[in-house]
Amino acid sequence: MTEQAFFELRDVSKSFGGLSVVDRLTLHVDEGEIVSLIGPNGAGKTTVFNLVTGIYRPASGEIRFRGRNVAGLPPHKITQLGIARTFQTLRLFLNMSVKENVMAAAYGHTRSTMVEAVFRLPRARREEREIAELAEEKLAFFGPRLAGYRHDQQAYNLSYANRRRLEIARAMATNPSLLLLDEPAAGMNPAETHELTELIGRLRTDGGYTVLVIEHDMHVVEGISDRVIALDHGVKIAEGSFDEVATDDRVVEAYLGRQGPG
Amino acid sequence: MHLPLAFNAELFIQLLVNGITLGSLYALIALGYSMVYGILKLLNFAHGDVYMIGAFTGYGVLTLLGGPLSPSIAIAPLIVLMFLAAMVAAGLLGVVIERFAYRPLRESPRIAPLISALGVSFFLQNSALLLFGAQFRSYDSFVLGSKNPEFFEPGPLTDALFVVKNVNVQLIQVIVLSTTVALMVALTALIAKTAIGKAMRATSYDREAAAMMGIDTDRVIATTFFIGSVLAGAAGVMFGLLFSQVFHFMGFLAGLKGFTAAVVGGIGSIPGAMLGGLLVGLAESMAGGYLGGRWSDLTVFGILILVLLVRPSGLLGTRAIHKV
Repeated sequence: MTEQAFFELRDVSKSFGGLSVVDRLTLHVDEGEIVSLIGPNGAGKTTVFNLVTGIYRPASGEIRFRGRNVAGLPPHKITQLGIARTFQTLRLFLNMSVKENVMAAAYGHTRSTMVEAVFRLPRARREEREIAELAEEKLAFFGPRLAGYRHDQQAYNLSYANRRRLEIARAMATNPSLLLLDEPAAGMNPAETHELTELIGRLRTDGGYTVLVIEHDMHVVEGISDRVIALDHGVKIAEGSFDEVATDDRVVEAYLGRQGPG
Repeated sequence: MHLPLAFNAELFIQLLVNGITLGSLYALIALGYSMVYGILKLLNFAHGDVYMIGAFTGYGVLTLLGGPLSPSIAIAPLIVLMFLAAMVAAGLLGVVIERFAYRPLRESPRIAPLISALGVSFFLQNSALLLFGAQFRSYDSFVLGSKNPEFFEPGPLTDALFVVKNVNVQLIQVIVLSTTVALMVALTALIAKTAIGKAMRATSYDREAAAMMGIDTDRVIATTFFIGSVLAGAAGVMFGLLFSQVFHFMGFLAGLKGFTAAVVGGIGSIPGAMLGGLLVGLAESMAGGYLGGRWSDLTVFGILILVLLVRPSGLLGTRAIHKV
């Protein structure tokens, strides 16, 4: 590992009330890589995302992004530096339209003040136009799925799969260089899952994003990953190519349990 | 009780005009309650006192510029200045209150900021008492701009602008109503169309998710307090111009009625606050006109209880959409 990794966790620990959830975790993601984080439920995967995005502050260790320690910064600052995420549980703004959801995520890049917005001054109007265009551009990434009349549809009218897509579009609107996807295939049918696998590939090739993804669907993980990191009880138990990790004894044991004697 | 024997259309329309004017004022106060509740789930009980400070700021500008009997500038710019100063002062006060009384308690149980709100309310009332004394101050809008104030000749604000049959509409009522409509249109556009409006809606729906989408939620919350307080400041000057009397305790009842309006309309809902304000104003005016003045507050708070019993989420309030 070089001194200046694109993104890395160094000895990061976090515990809740004495229960260690993430324990001296060290990992890195290089620019342009797609890395999968796998592990059984409760392994601490989502906690890693919450630590990276500033929801939790690590008890110890460093989270370095482009050479800067982002641990302890407020969430919106971290996002503005270029790390965006989606949520396993889906946290869209269901009171807003599809396009507004994406535009809201671009707000962090606007500079005009409330007064400028009230009086419709040139800078405010220009920024409104810019974030509307940005939103359309990000939604276009999903082809016909989130196109046309869907822009003005309320987010709560979307299907489950489309909500997952909208979450990705919304994260993209924050102009990140690192995308954290938390179980993007959860609840999708096989056809949709296949489409998602291609989409994550396109996020790198067409979008230029580096991707760290938490996923349970091993077909997706196999299809997208340059590298796989397996966690169990907050500890890294394996790292390498999909085949290496999938056949690792400790990973198999973490998922299936140890085979009894005889 | 003196119920009229026959329906008197002129009386009814007069009460309607008065009720709508009064309702605009309550609606402006209700908006601040509703916006803050929408974004923080906090009942900002200091809001009525922000309105009171707005009224005193308007009075201060009026006094500095010569007072109602001999204003040193023309009446139109004078009133504009009074509104602007009150709105800015109230807006800044709202931001300061949020910063020092509520933000440190953001992650505390909900009872803590509520008690803090009551504390701020007492603080503001007693500061006004210390600064301005206990006596009523008067905008004297009756004679404001009058050619012969010493003979109590009515000025342009309260002189009948037009009288149809016996219905009397004053210029000040037209000013209050049109200012309110303009502020509400601006607010609705701000929330629906602008980037900050989208950030406000996102923050009120899911503050944590909004923060992770790069939205500086502290700034959005401060902006919400600013806007709500600006509206209350405007309402304070309107009250002074309509009813002349300004005093340190005026925010209590007005705040309660604005809060009632917000709850009746559906707290957290912007159109609800507008509708609730109008209903409370009309109820107060009608009850006062038909049943007698002592019935007006009883009617207003009776409606509050009725709405809470029949439709606890308020007339336009919706229960939160549950997340999947």
